[in-house]
Amino acid sequence: MVSEQLVDLSRLQFAATALYHFLFVPLTIGMVWMLVIMESVYVMTGKPLYKDMTRFWGKLFGINFALGVTTGITLEFQFGTNWAYYSHYVGDIFGAPLAIEGLMAFFLESTMIGLFFFGWDRLSRKQHLLVTMLMALGTNLSALWILIANGWMQNPVGAEFSYTTMRMEMTDFWAVVFNPDAQAKFVHTVSAGYVTGAMFVLSISSWYLLKRRDVEFAKRSFGIAAAFGFASVCSVIVLGDESGYTVGEAQQTKLAAMEAMWETEPAPAAFNLVAIPNEAEMKNDFAIEIPWVMGLIGTRSLDKQIPGIREIKLKNRERIVSGIEAVKALDLLRKSPGDSAAKVRFEAHKADLGFGLLLKKYVSDFGQITPAIIDKAMHDTVPRVAPMFWSFRLMVALGFAMLLVFGLALWHSVKGDFADKPWLLRAALLSLPMPWVACEVGWFVAEYGRQPWTIYGVLPTHLSVSTLSVDSLYGSLAGFVGFYTVLLVVEMYLMVRFAKQGPGSLGTGRYANEAHT
Amino acid sequence: MFDYETLKLIWWLLVGVLLVGFAIMDGHDMGVGTLLPFVGKNDTERRVVINTVGPHWDGNQVWFITGGGAIFAAWPLVYATAFSGFYWAMLAVLWALFFRPVGFDYRSKIHNATWRSTWDWGLFIGGAVPPLIFGVAFGNLFQGVPFSFDDHLVSTYSGSFWALLNPFALLCGAVSTAMITFHGAIYLAHRTQGEIQWRALRAAGFFGGLLVLTFAAAGLWLWMSIPGYVIQSTVDGAALPDPLAKTVVREAGAWFANYRRYPATLALPLLGFAGVIAAQALARSGRTMAAFWASSLAIVGVIGTAGAALFPFIMPSSIDPDASLTVWDSVSSRLTLNIMLWATLIFMPIIIVYTSWAYRVMGGKVTAAYVRENSHSAY
Repeated sequence: MVSEQLVDLSRLQFAATALYHFLFVPLTIGMVWMLVIMESVYVMTGKPLYKDMTRFWGKLFGINFALGVTTGITLEFQFGTNWAYYSHYVGDIFGAPLAIEGLMAFFLESTMIGLFFFGWDRLSRKQHLLVTMLMALGTNLSALWILIANGWMQNPVGAEFSYTTMRMEMTDFWAVVFNPDAQAKFVHTVSAGYVTGAMFVLSISSWYLLKRRDVEFAKRSFGIAAAFGFASVCSVIVLGDESGYTVGEAQQTKLAAMEAMWETEPAPAAFNLVAIPNEAEMKNDFAIEIPWVMGLIGTRSLDKQIPGIREIKLKNRERIVSGIEAVKALDLLRKSPGDSAAKVRFEAHKADLGFGLLLKKYVSDFGQITPAIIDKAMHDTVPRVAPMFWSFRLMVALGFAMLLVFGLALWHSVKGDFADKPWLLRAALLSLPMPWVACEVGWFVAEYGRQPWTIYGVLPTHLSVSTLSVDSLYGSLAGFVGFYTVLLVVEMYLMVRFAKQGPGSLGTGRYANEAHT
Repeated sequence: MFDYETLKLIWWLLVGVLLVGFAIMDGHDMGVGTLLPFVGKNDTERRVVINTVGPHWDGNQVWFITGGGAIFAAWPLVYATAFSGFYWAMLAVLWALFFRPVGFDYRSKIHNATWRSTWDWGLFIGGAVPPLIFGVAFGNLFQGVPFSFDDHLVSTYSGSFWALLNPFALLCGAVSTAMITFHGAIYLAHRTQGEIQWRALRAAGFFGGLLVLTFAAAGLWLWMSIPGYVIQSTVDGAALPDPLAKTVVREAGAWFANYRRYPATLALPLLGFAGVIAAQALARSGRTMAAFWASSLAIVGVIGTAGAALFPFIMPSSIDPDASLTVWDSVSSRLTLNIMLWATLIFMPIIIVYTSWAYRVMGGKVTAAYVRENSHSAY
């Protein structure tokens, strides 16, 4: 059996490196469109101010992008280094979008970013704008293919298990591409990126305005950020809700856990605004409920029921029992592929194979399974409620707080008096960390919420790891934490330094703080 | 849709193309990084050297990332077994690569000699370590890698990182490092002038010589004392991939079987040598662009030589030869190979077009004057 410590450390390392990568990605995804907007205005009006805006915000974008690239390579290779069985088991499906991401998107983004920074004097205005747009296109296409891969982990469509090759194999590529889960994730995630980019520009511009420095530059930047941010935050909230109720059992399980819905209530179910979940007794010790709201959000109807945790677990118990048969038949087939009785038995229970594999956490010999072990595996099938419940609420609260900030910013930007509203500028400045916290928490809800699976219903997390020693994991985890800490300190140092210096760092002679670079 | 056997062969070629593409494109950046602290004697010279690859390193690095993705998609079992087995070697590559994006982008943002020199050495590590380790990995493939599978194809690796660093593997590491540094030196000679160009040409002379010597020595060593692997059971190229369904034996001289059977493949090692010699001569006569193409052909020759010798093996197992991974039995499904083939056929030409355009836009010699004029925006 796989050591639990190995599994926990592998998960910790993945979580740490993915969360760290995701500090940089949303800003890239959002900033790149702000650059397109600023440069388009430059090309249309010919005003150098907008070129300076593109170049200055582009400089900060570049500092961020460097770490996005650095930390992204880790993720591309970590599936192989630390999740070898996962890579073998689902590489046939999961590998394809990753490779296509490279071919279609990442090449484009990375080639254009070189021309974006170095091509100003060698390209015509329109050519340079085209380069910026292609860079934005590449960045967003990149997010699309990564989320198609991730969406398949939540809702594994278009694939089937083969006992000869002992893995999942693709049966329908377009089903994988147009997976509703992936599409919902894509729009929600890129919108969150747009909000991050907008908040970054809004906050830093507010700081210049509070300091009364480079006022014209800051005002124009603030205006663009307010409009772009407001549109994006609306989209993130509306389309976030969308990804809440898309089909699929993984999403239903997540929904029940993040809403602390233990029982299946008569439709339309009530929404728990605040609750103290009690994991052991499967109930809430305390809850403030708003009638009807959950049913409306979750099903967009008054009469459809949303399954509660108890019901989900009982259904999963049946699937585990059926999955035991699938695993036993599979073992026979692996030894003698011609065994036709085993084949019939396997085909009958194949759909529940993944649920049978859940038991491998507890027993290696399936002859020793007891009802108590099945119960343990059954309880594993729903993630722990309290972390899901609270992190989801934190994300939503931050979303609405940002809606308020961008709403006020846009309102006063339309009225044209935001530069004289220090309270608004200060609020915008203090809101700077919000999108990052929301993005990280959102990632947590999506990925922790899928546990105990790496591929929902197909492959349990504890079987997905590489057979490495625990010592190797401690070593590599320490290495990543060490490297990433140093890199983050360096990045923050440069970011703060150039943000503080402002557009003077371009050395054009038009701004404050030209002196030191 | 092509039949399964043909697709398996095409993907062996395509992975080879991606590997060669990576070595030619990311390779010249890495070679430049390796040479940076030695050919750039002061800050301006180093900025000149860095800016020869400044606008391109990021796009070129995607060859590496796409190569990884393509192996994941086309040879999932190889991706899983090799990356987890070579755990510490892969992490060393990864951590060395960390220095590149930040090194390029952050180095010249601060006026401080220590800061800049630290990143210069970071770029050296990011340039020198990955080719060395890839060469070492190839050296180990020829000797077999200690991995095995259980009934459910869970792989277990029973070697250590230090065992990878055996003499033959280190020699292969030297071949790879010499090749990439040579290639970088030729590129640098093409994009610079004066003192720096002269130093680049001297470096090309040294590393070209080293490449010829180590490449020949590795071939000789392989010939004399490293037994190859042979599939004894009949191969059904169209069968569903199952790496446990064949019998494999070790046999002296087997790594040269393909060369004996298809003498035309001997063109590959010859191309390796001829490319180096031609690149040297062309670079010295001032035709540096042609020299770059010649050294690219040398890379095709050297990597092709290794690939042709190993075929059909990708990763032989030293402790359970039957479980060796080959082009026939470690591949994806027919559907996935087919989709990935189309994706490559559609996007690769587009990539080549816009990459060429980027090089044309940014072409010409990088000079000290260029760095001075663009001191706020250049690397």
